[in-house]
Amino acid sequence: MTYNLECPVTGYKDTDVVTMAHGSGGESMQKLISEMFAKAYPDLQSDQDAACVYIAEPKFISFTTDSFVIDPIFFPGGDIGSLAVHGTVNDLAMRGSQPKYISIAFILEEGFPMKDLERIVHSIAEASAKAGVKVVTGDTKVVGRGQGHGIYINTSGIGEIRAITKIVPDVQNVGIGHKIIVSGDIGRHGMAIMSVRNGMELDPPILSDSAPLNGMVRELYYDYINPLCMRDATRGGVAAVLNEIARSAKLHIRIEEEKVPVDENVRGLAEILGLDPLHIANEGRFVLFVKPEDAEKAVSILQKFEGGEKAAIIGEVVAEHEKGLVTAKTLLGSEKPIHMPVGEILPRIC
Amino acid sequence: MKYVTEFRDREVAEGVIAEIAKVVAEIKQNPKIKLPIRLMEICGGQTHSILQYGIHTALPDEVEFVHGPGCPVCVTPIETINLALELAKQPNVIFTSFGDMLRVPGSDENMFEAKAKGADIRWVYAPTEAVEIAKQNPDKEVIFFAIGFETTTWPITEALCVAERDSVKNFSILPTMVRVPPALLVILSDPECVIDGILAAGHVCTIMGTEEYEPLVEKYGVPIVVTGFQPVDILNGVLMCLKQIRDSRAEVENAYGWVAKGAGNTVAKALINKFFKVVDRKWRGIGAIPNSGFGLREEYLHYDAEIKWKNINARKEPEPNKYCGLVLTGKIKPTECPFFRKECSQEHPTGALMVSSEGACAAYFLYNKDTGETK
Repeated sequence: MTYNLECPVTGYKDTDVVTMAHGSGGESMQKLISEMFAKAYPDLQSDQDAACVYIAEPKFISFTTDSFVIDPIFFPGGDIGSLAVHGTVNDLAMRGSQPKYISIAFILEEGFPMKDLERIVHSIAEASAKAGVKVVTGDTKVVGRGQGHGIYINTSGIGEIRAITKIVPDVQNVGIGHKIIVSGDIGRHGMAIMSVRNGMELDPPILSDSAPLNGMVRELYYDYINPLCMRDATRGGVAAVLNEIARSAKLHIRIEEEKVPVDENVRGLAEILGLDPLHIANEGRFVLFVKPEDAEKAVSILQKFEGGEKAAIIGEVVAEHEKGLVTAKTLLGSEKPIHMPVGEILPRIC
Repeated sequence: MKYVTEFRDREVAEGVIAEIAKVVAEIKQNPKIKLPIRLMEICGGQTHSILQYGIHTALPDEVEFVHGPGCPVCVTPIETINLALELAKQPNVIFTSFGDMLRVPGSDENMFEAKAKGADIRWVYAPTEAVEIAKQNPDKEVIFFAIGFETTTWPITEALCVAERDSVKNFSILPTMVRVPPALLVILSDPECVIDGILAAGHVCTIMGTEEYEPLVEKYGVPIVVTGFQPVDILNGVLMCLKQIRDSRAEVENAYGWVAKGAGNTVAKALINKFFKVVDRKWRGIGAIPNSGFGLREEYLHYDAEIKWKNINARKEPEPNKYCGLVLTGKIKPTECPFFRKECSQEHPTGALMVSSEGACAAYFLYNKDTGETK
């Protein structure tokens, strides 16, 4: 077994693959926890049934959970481990909170290579350090060969909602005239995954946008921006987020297609596959609703961050609408609806 | 992106639209030309571009688009879908298909439902991937659902080339490929035909060239302009078609010359000719059209899934929705179908035209803001 010198995981030696014993609660599992997990996560309270954590301003916390079943496990720009951290951190950040503590639960398949597990454990440690969250508790289960897909991860997290968050971002805050911002160019994650699944070797490769968003959100608050509503544009992409918000707030949202930032390579691959970038998943981009007077400033704050260079105002809330409606102004000035994506996103034939 | 954004340039598009308006004004001076002018775009990809970019709303009222049958998913009849589902459910079979096909309803279920119930159904992007799956699973039979027009027939030959080269015995195709010109012949020879000009599918011509259209133009006196898929491409095709109508000409012209060349792709055509012969084929909503498909030649019948599993009979049932055929032949607009947005929607499609990313009904469903409004 080889180690990366930067890896905090040192000296773990057992078998080359995950066995049923690693989930049995006995010696093998204890060894896995103490030798691999506890070394990677210094804040892990591995000898307790539950972690006890400190919260500075205990008025409100945000709490979320998410499961990760991505295939492929390793992809350009990330892996299931970093994704599992970002997913939960971002869900917390979207409610205006500062993510503090997360749990990591593995469901491993018998025979999963130990070196892959180690790589993922390391990636989780790195991603959580970068996002400023502590891994404080976890769980490990092993399922028989053929009953899983190598590795599944569930993460839960707690975030502090501090006084600086004057209004907790909520879809009910959204109203007519509010501006809609995307925090960067969209579609990278979905296209990175799809290019790998389809064996398309792109040069340069499209890297996933998987990243923590809490730094951006914190900066918005520090600069006195009031995010009225925030959603990370994961499955279903920006189109799904806008539709969800339009439906629950009973509003008509209008965007301008030309203003939606999309990288040229992402657009190219999407064109080849016949997909709309608005429907493609992101793992490090969010949609932000603000009052018109905050919009320009918010964009300039986001643009200072890595991944936020292309942040832009893409539209606004124009009217009330009983069923909720999202439309886009097209190239030739007509208006078309932007639908909630239906079912699995499938490439076209020709 | 090169070759994409420049064909979506607003200023260029507006320039062509202004020129179209000028030609239409000239056409209106000639009382012999019947209005409105109806142009049929053959390919479903073009239909989607037209609605997606609002090209139909940007043109003068005197120009109307009629949507053609150029969506391979849409024209595949339900009995073929049923057959594919039966094959997919055979033990020891891995059934592969383009993703678009998986949501098309058969009589009882679609491929996704069959997959959820245990059939090994996988979507591939390139037909050669199906051969790779066959190589990796030598104890299984791998079938590829070979649908498509001429454009897609060529990549299917590529899969057969690989299978032949590597002696892959456990690979076969369910051949349902179709050809554009015979379908056009059916549409143009219909006494009720109201089409004044045709925008031919540029990618089909990239493979097949433009020669096949000459006899049609001569016989029916309808201009055919080879047209691309981006907004500016389509606008140029419309402009060239309208100029012919204004000048009372009927010719085959090429508005997609930067990609499609006169003789087409001779290498691809030779490969198609090597593996396939022209056969009759049944189209959804239209019925059997002579010479409208490609089938495997005698010497390649060992790649034909229908021959390998000749004891499997798919249920033959009438088309569940008779309006699909009327839309496919341009006789009605998707919004004139009584099921549109009611029994038939993107969430619960009852007709193939609502499923495919090239289907006319899907285009209207996705891009028309108001349910009833069409032009």
